[in-house]
Formats: sequence, structure tokens, C-alpha cells
Amino acid sequence: MKKTVFLGSIAVAGMAAGMGMADTLADVKARGELNCGVNTGLVGFAAPDANGNWAGFDIDLCKAVAAAVLGDPSKVKYVPTTGQTRFTALSSGEVDMLARNSTWTFSRDTDLKLDFAGVNYYDGQGFMVPKDLGVTSVKELGGATICIQTGTTTELNLADYFKANDMEYQPVNIDSNAEGEQQYMAGACDAYTTDISGLAATRAAFADPENHVILPEVVSKEPLGPAVRHGDNNWGDIVRWTLNALIAAEEYGVTSKNIEELVKSSENPEVQRLLGVSGELGAMIGLDNEWAKRAIQAAGNYGEIFAANIGEQTPIGLTRGLNAQWTQGGLLYAQPFR
Amino acid sequence: MTDAPLPADQPFRVSMLVYDRRYRSMTFQVIVFILVMALAWWLVNNTIQNLAAQGKDFDFGFLFQRAGYDIPQTPIPYTSDDWHLRATIVGLLNTIIVSILGCVAATILGVSIGVARLSKNWLFARLMTIYVEIFRNIPLLLWILIIYAIFTEIMPPPSAYRGDDPAWSKILFDQVALTNRYTAIPALGMTNDPGTLDLGARITVNWAVIAFLVVIIGGWFTRGAILDRAQAIQDRTGIRPTTWWINLAVMTVPSLLLIWYFGLHLLAPELQGFNFGGGINLGNAFVVLWLALTLYTGAFIAEIVRAGILAVSHGQSEAAFALGLRPNKTMNLVILPQALRVIIPPLISQYLNLMKNSSLAIAVGYMDLRGTLGGTTLNQTGRELEAIVLMMLIYLVLSLIISAGMNVFNSRVKLKER
Repeated sequence: MKKTVFLGSIAVAGMAAGMGMADTLADVKARGELNCGVNTGLVGFAAPDANGNWAGFDIDLCKAVAAAVLGDPSKVKYVPTTGQTRFTALSSGEVDMLARNSTWTFSRDTDLKLDFAGVNYYDGQGFMVPKDLGVTSVKELGGATICIQTGTTTELNLADYFKANDMEYQPVNIDSNAEGEQQYMAGACDAYTTDISGLAATRAAFADPENHVILPEVVSKEPLGPAVRHGDNNWGDIVRWTLNALIAAEEYGVTSKNIEELVKSSENPEVQRLLGVSGELGAMIGLDNEWAKRAIQAAGNYGEIFAANIGEQTPIGLTRGLNAQWTQGGLLYAQPFR
Repeated sequence: MTDAPLPADQPFRVSMLVYDRRYRSMTFQVIVFILVMALAWWLVNNTIQNLAAQGKDFDFGFLFQRAGYDIPQTPIPYTSDDWHLRATIVGLLNTIIVSILGCVAATILGVSIGVARLSKNWLFARLMTIYVEIFRNIPLLLWILIIYAIFTEIMPPPSAYRGDDPAWSKILFDQVALTNRYTAIPALGMTNDPGTLDLGARITVNWAVIAFLVVIIGGWFTRGAILDRAQAIQDRTGIRPTTWWINLAVMTVPSLLLIWYFGLHLLAPELQGFNFGGGINLGNAFVVLWLALTLYTGAFIAEIVRAGILAVSHGQSEAAFALGLRPNKTMNLVILPQALRVIIPPLISQYLNLMKNSSLAIAVGYMDLRGTLGGTTLNQTGRELEAIVLMMLIYLVLSLIISAGMNVFNSRVKLKER
């Protein structure tokens, strides 16, 4: 009898532990803080500034989600994760969402039990070499020593690309971007490979960015996006539609500057629904009606976030390219808010 | 409670389990055992429950999928098309290589330093003390990182060797090139190549290697037989025949003959394109890790050796001198055999530590077991629990093998109590 009670209580405890993972929204609200997994330090995407305040493209997405859910963009705890620890941190519940330049792939979406909430940056893998190496194409890198971050899709793409082109190379596995920078600057590798956005960010941190070139070849598709745990669909919807709200806001010309005015004066029914003036969209995902308005106010719409962190006016200097709105010949296409 | 033993004709009662000294200890052990087992079962069950809640299963099938990544140092042939299993084995071999080389080098270094610390020369002994204290008291990871930084920042890139008037040139008779990526050392070439033995699974061993192994092991046993015979003659007649030159010949002449027969020669590394080729490139990650493990563990072994020698009482060496034994005979025949009893048990721990510390390899990107199975494979497959459990098992087995081997050695040098 005693034994059965013991087993029963264990089973219940196990179930409870399993169930506790399942309602992230309630957990975040109860905690009053969003745990957001970010990069350990990639300038422009996620890096602490001189005062220890996190800033960057991925950081602003965390802020938007926190604003939508908790009403305050500052209520975020940033958890730095390496390429090796990020998915474990997410599936173990250490973080509620991951905004860490993570590529959306089939196996991560299925086998790792993650859900990608969309794409916030369409990227591709590239190679950076010092200018005085005199290399103009990846095809000339046969026999080169190449630094790669271990535990990333980069590692597999590199192996596949060199195999497909029948070239030899010598990998140097590194654990973090900072270490890769150090090895590359010391000349311990001929080339450094990662996503082109990451290369641009790394190069911007150099003392002499003009002496390094990013080779023209893009050897892979790297759709980077925020990820959440599989199985909590409502939380996944919140993150997905927060990202969509930022993209749609840019499309309809809603910025953090004119948003208050548009709430009063906008005639566009979709903007009205987005800003919670009409309709009940917020209730459908368990939030109030002004969630998207707060998300846009947190750091601006997608275009503002891009321009402030990684755009052409910043040291990173990335052009919009594929990441322009569909109306501008890019790939960004927010699903309709209705 | 009474200490008087109960009469033997008493029937067994349940209360005796607590009140009878014959049963009490057994009762408590059974209770504790049940509690420990229940705790273990609860932990395992909880894990399974939570995995099930996340929709994950416990499955080692990932080992038989294509790995898809490359490894810088591969003792056996490996491409990115191979399974994760083979990548794991490559990592395991890398762990074993750096551990064995580390243990050998650390032992040689530790014994030398340990003896040197007992030197009569004050300055020499103090310098050794400084070495021991510096390396013993700073975490190994920091040593690995600092040595790596030194290798990266101070050594030149391979391009410094290029051109008619290069900034750097090869050292040691133009055979070794130091770079910030690897140390290029000459490879062995053969003019008379006997071909290779295929062991299956794309692993081949050159017949020359097998020949050398046979000759060296054979020489070792021959030497043992010669020494036994010399001992027997000495026991019979009191005169020990001179054996050193016979032993030297047995150990070296066959190897020299093999070298001549296969036509062994060195192939110096040459700059080809971006990197050196033709020789063997020892990656910096490997050299740095090996160096750091050696220096760090060597400091501990030095202390163990010193303590072992000091544990032999001074009267022993005085007695040996009184019998007219020379200092080196005294060391070999009197002091060391007694010191070894004290040295070996803590030495086993140091070997185990070195092997386990080699998993810090990831800090410099040396792809050992932790870098392959516990690093890239774990990441690409997302099988954290399986990879970590498997890694724990492998390290456990390696440790038990080292312990078993050293315990056999220990039982041979132990005091024989009759």
C-alpha cells in the first residue's frame, strides 16, 4: 500500500514537472520577466555595450516580445548561450525563447522538438579572408586552414561545399566567435567562415575592417529565426505574431514615432486591427488588445530595428538585400492580421 | 539492550531484527540499500517522464547516421560521409593518444623534477620548487589557454616561410617548421615499402610498423632472459658475467637492420600553397594540450616522487653505503624499490586525472571524445542525454582500464609479506 502511494506520488510529480513546461505564457507572467537566450556576443545582433546593457537586432526582438506579454520591454533576462548550449537551454526550460542567429532546419524543427516562429533574417554562409591573401573566390581556398564555430550548421555546410568542389581543407574548431576572431587576426587560419551577417559584425569590430574582404560566394541558405519549445503552441503563436507585427508595421508605415497618431487617425482596417483599435486579435492569443502596439513601441518596427543595429548607417553596414519587404523585392512577407 | 547472547533455542521473532545484534547491522544495511535504489529509480524515472513530456525518446540510432563534419586530427581514415560512431571513435583515439603521451611525458618530467628537488645544489632545488608551486597552484584551463595564446601570437603564419628571403626559416637541420597553426615535423619515408595489412573498416597498418613492434618486444624479452641467466650464473659462481653490451646489441641491432632494409629516411615538410605538406603537421591544439597536461601533471608527480624517496629512511642508504654499494646502485637496488610502494598509488590518481583533464581539449579546439561525441555530434543530433551518458561510460571504462593496469604493477612492487 505504502509503496503504491510512493510510486503514485512520483508519477504525479513527474507529470507535474512535464506539465509545468507546457504553459510558458503563464510562467512568464508569473515570473514577471522573459528569459531570452541570446548570443554570447556578436556586435549588432546581441552584445552587451560598455555599460553592460544588451543591444542588437536579436535583443530588440526579445524586447518586443516582453513588451507584448508583460507590457515592459525592459523586463527581459538575457541568457548568453553558445552554439553548443543554446538548444539544451531552450528545451530544458532555462530560456523561454531563443533569439540567437539560429538557422531553421528540418532536423532542428522536428527531431530537436523546437518550433521556429519565423525568419527574422535571411542569411547565407560566406567566407572572410585578409585582403593581402590575394584570394578572390572560395574556389581558390583549396588546402587552406579555415576557422569554424563548432556545433553550428556552418560546420556541415563547409564540409559539404569543399567535398562537392573536391577541395581539401584543414578545419580549426573554435568554441565562440571571440576565439575565432583571435585566431583569425593572429593568422592562425587563412579564412573564417560563418553566416555573412556574422562575418560583417565580426569585421566591424576589427581595428582595420578595410583590410578584410568577404568573398562573393554564398554557400548555403541560412534562414535565422527565433525558436521556442515544441508543444506549447500558444506561446509559439505569440512569438510568431510579435515578429509578424514588426514586419507588418513596416509594410503599413507604422513606426514607433507615428504610432500614437495612427491609433487615432488610421483608416486602414488592417492597421486598426494590428493596433487593437478594432477587432479582438489579442484575446485570441491570450493577451490584451494593445499587445502589438506595445511590441512596435518597444524598439520600432522591423525596418527601424534593422537600421538601428545592422543597417548601412551602422559599423556593421549590411544592406537590406533579401531582408527587404516583399513590396521592395525582398522576402519579408507578414501573414495578414485578420 | 543486553549484551548477553540469547539462548540458541529461542525461536526467531521479527523484533529480533532491531534488538538482536546478530541481525541489527544487516537490517540497517538492507534499509539503506532500498532507500538508495529507490532514489536512483526515482531519478531515472523522472528523467524518462520529462523526456516523454517533451516528446523525446532514448535512442542510440543517431550513431549510425552520417556525421557530416570534418575533424582536424584523424588517427584512422575519416571523412564527413562516415557515421557519428566513427567520429566518436576518432575522438576516443585522440583522447587516448594525448593521454598516453601526456602520462609518459609527465612521468619522465615528474621523476626528474622530483629527484632534482632533493638535489644538494641549493639554487637548482629552489628553481624546481618554484616550477612545482607555479604549475600546481594555477588551474589547468588557464595554462592551456595561455600556452595556446603564446603559440598563436608568437609563432609566424606559414606564409612567413615563403619567398626568396623568408622572415622565418625551418629549424633542426631544416626539418621542423614552427607555425601558429601546427608544428610541421618530417614524416618517415621508405624506399622499400612492404605494403600494408588491412584490418577491415578502412584501418590499415603498415607491415614495417608491425615488424618494428615484433623486433622491439622480442628484444625486450630476450634481454630479460639474458639477465635471468646472468643472475643464475651469479648465484652459482658468485661472478656476474658482463651483459650490458649483449643487451645493447639485442635491443638495437635488429632495429638498425630493419631501418636499413626498409630504407627509412626523413621527408622534410615543404610549403605547398597555403600550408606545409609532405611532413606531418602536428596541430597546435594537440601540441598545446599535450604540453599543458604534461607540465601541470608533472608538477604533481614531482611531489609524489619526492615524498616517496623521503619516505625511505636515511638508515637504508647509509647501510647500503656501508656495504660498499655505489650511489646509483643504492638508488636502483635499495631506495627506489622501497619508494615505489609509496609512489604508485597516488601516481594512479594522477594518470586518471590527466586522462580526465584531457577533456578540456575543447578550449583549444582539439577534437577529442568531448569535442566529437560530446560536442559536434551532440549538437547536430540533439541527443544530449544519450551522448553524455555514452561519454560518461567511455571515460569510466578508460579509467577502470588505467586503474587495473596500474594495480597489477602495484601488486608487483608491493612488500611481499610472507
